[in-house]
Amino acid sequence: MSERHDAMSDRMARTLGWASLALGAAQLAAPRAVARISGVDDSPAARATIPLVGLRELLHAVALLGGQPAMGLWTRLAGDSADLTSLAGAMSGRTGWRRRRVVAVAGAVIAITAVDAYAAMRIRRSREQGHGKAEQWARGVMGLHAAITVKRPRPEVYRFWHDFENFPRFMVHVKSVRTSEDLSHWKVRGPMGKTVEWDAETVEDHRDELIAWCSAKSSFVPNGGSVHFTDAPGGRGTEVRVNLRYHVPGGKAGSVIARLLGEHPEQQVRDDLRRFKQVMETGEVVRSEGRSEGTRALRQALERRAQPVA
Amino acid sequence: MKANCWMGRNTVEVREVPDPKILNSRDAIVRITSTAICGSDLHLYDGYVPTMKKGDILGHEFMGEVVDVGPAVSNLRIGDRVVVPFPIACGNCTACDHDMYSLCENSNPNAGLAEKFMGHSPAGIFGYSHMLGGYPGGQAEYARVPFADVGPIKIENGLPDEKVLFLSDILPTGWMGAEMCDITPGDVIAVWGAGPVGQFAIASAYLMGAERVIAIDRFPYRLRIAERVGAETLNYEEVDVQDALLDITAGRGPDACIDAVGMEAHYGNPAVYAYDRTKQAARVETDRPYALREAIMACRNGGTVSVIGVYAGFLEKFPMGSLMNRSLTLKSGQCHVQRYLKPLLQRIKNGDIDPSFVITHRLPLQDAPRGYDLFKNKTDDCNKVILSA
Ligand SMILES: NC(=O)c1ccc[n+]([C@@H]2O[C@H](COP(=O)([O-])OP(=O)(O)OC[C@H]3O[C@@H](n4cnc5c(N)ncnc54)[C@H](O)[C@@H]3O)[C@@H](O)[C@H]2O)c1
Ligand SMILES: [Zn+2]
Ligand SMILES: [Zn+2]
Repeated sequence: MSERHDAMSDRMARTLGWASLALGAAQLAAPRAVARISGVDDSPAARATIPLVGLRELLHAVALLGGQPAMGLWTRLAGDSADLTSLAGAMSGRTGWRRRRVVAVAGAVIAITAVDAYAAMRIRRSREQGHGKAEQWARGVMGLHAAITVKRPRPEVYRFWHDFENFPRFMVHVKSVRTSEDLSHWKVRGPMGKTVEWDAETVEDHRDELIAWCSAKSSFVPNGGSVHFTDAPGGRGTEVRVNLRYHVPGGKAGSVIARLLGEHPEQQVRDDLRRFKQVMETGEVVRSEGRSEGTRALRQALERRAQPVA
Repeated sequence: MKANCWMGRNTVEVREVPDPKILNSRDAIVRITSTAICGSDLHLYDGYVPTMKKGDILGHEFMGEVVDVGPAVSNLRIGDRVVVPFPIACGNCTACDHDMYSLCENSNPNAGLAEKFMGHSPAGIFGYSHMLGGYPGGQAEYARVPFADVGPIKIENGLPDEKVLFLSDILPTGWMGAEMCDITPGDVIAVWGAGPVGQFAIASAYLMGAERVIAIDRFPYRLRIAERVGAETLNYEEVDVQDALLDITAGRGPDACIDAVGMEAHYGNPAVYAYDRTKQAARVETDRPYALREAIMACRNGGTVSVIGVYAGFLEKFPMGSLMNRSLTLKSGQCHVQRYLKPLLQRIKNGDIDPSFVITHRLPLQDAPRGYDLFKNKTDDCNKVILSA
């Protein structure tokens, strides 16, 4: 997520924090005036609740302004829904100007709820996308794991994987793999239309159980991986578990790998495995018009509209 | 070709788009003769299903003539008449093997997206968002049908489109709604929503031996159609539904309750309605579950609640306490249409059921926007719209 997005989200949270502070202060200092404006001054219960609501708002303000924006927003949302519930109750029991006031206040709370929900979602999104990746880069190793169940006998699944030249059929980034004996030469689609290449060696091969490979020492993108095959219980086919490792050096190679793996590397491996399953079970990769090949599942912006392609 | 495209909330437009081509070897291309607008399309139209894109072709109830087949399709020939089931299913995976076609593990190329919303991905569906595959729909002159060797059912000449079109979705859906109730002799079944899906659920419940079926809705013209298939009716704007059901069942409650309304239910009390509308608009809750809440509360102890109305996300005030403490069973699902095609086609041929009774409007494809408007607002006594290309 971009820094601009983060800054915007933080600014929104702060604005909402100040709003909570002002509202809370008013409710504590002048509960009667608030009751009148909201059209619920005929109810002693409402008059008693308002200062409590004010206290709640102050707590939101503390969270929002005190560096816990996500927490503050979610509690604000909970508060909004409590307010809406009380207002719905207030609405059904009132007529005339009081009812009109309640309706107006409900309208305002509705608008506020929408803003809160939007802000909370923004914050959550920037949180989710910020973590994980950065930490792993810092450690210098990127480990990826994914698993899938394929409804085919284990020897068949093993055999298909064993032929690395099949990889381009289901791994979107792999352009080609050429093999001879235990060696393989990989060509992978890199950033900006460039091709990244490396040599790999099969380091372990246990029939129907395990294959492991590792890139040659000299390679620009040091990486390795393994795949395990086990019987799924109750005749459900074969469980396939893949582990990939990328050593992430600093400098140019590091940034190539980062771009290669994209924003959601786990997702990419899972998608590759899903395509592997499609090939094994249905004979080919299943296509839809909207799914643009070779992109990350989460990047919906890259999805074509669901219309035939000319 | 011409196709009805989603252009944003409450807007559809018939536009000129490219003709479909074979993309996979098990595809067929169908020239569409009849297609319909479904209550599920309304959820897309109203903007409550995430991951729609401007320009997406809508429609998942369609039939027509095969005009092209991929090299791996051996059961269909050019010129065959077929009805196409709305869930796309491969026929090879574990789900398909268990007849759970709407859970096909291979037909959603965007499964990763669906997993973010739902934990696991269901099958792909024609014209039903990118999260469910990004497949163009059947409100068009032509459609590409993946796994054509598994899904489509051949229809012999002589059976008119109107009698068989609803095999694509709402007839099997109503049937599955009733089947999930495990009806035994003497059972009283209550059905929320007297739309076409509810109407087929009513007819199916009787075919399965229900004693009495109660239809609940607020549109008198729809309740009248429900009456014609044998239901007793309750207008929830005129009577208290819980009281009425308690009276009908002498205090037991219906043995099973079917929710054929889904996520956009309407509610009598304006304040409560406003509350859920607001939260839905703010996306705090995505669905307005009045019918479902009511169905759970009404169901007899130990009974079954069968949910065929579509839900998209999260509910509030879900009466889990009622469900748990009273040993209720909740069953649901997008219909596993492929499972029911043959037996239901047989029943249509036998004359057990003639599904065409639900149709009130026949329009050319060009008038799809008007069809959506009529069907959404329930104007002109609109019950079901079919479009012909
Ligand atoms: N599970 C599936 O595979 C499947 C397939 C097709 C349709 N559906 C779903 O079934 C539902 C109905 O489809 P339809 O085509 O009949 O739609 P529809 O819009 O024609 O019918 C819905 C009916 O529900 C009524 N209703 C609304 N609120 C109600 C309430 N609180 N109590 C009782 N009735 C209420 C409406 O008045 C309307 O008559 C939709 O949610 C649709 O998405 C599911
Ligand atoms: Zn439908
Ligand atoms: Zn399948």
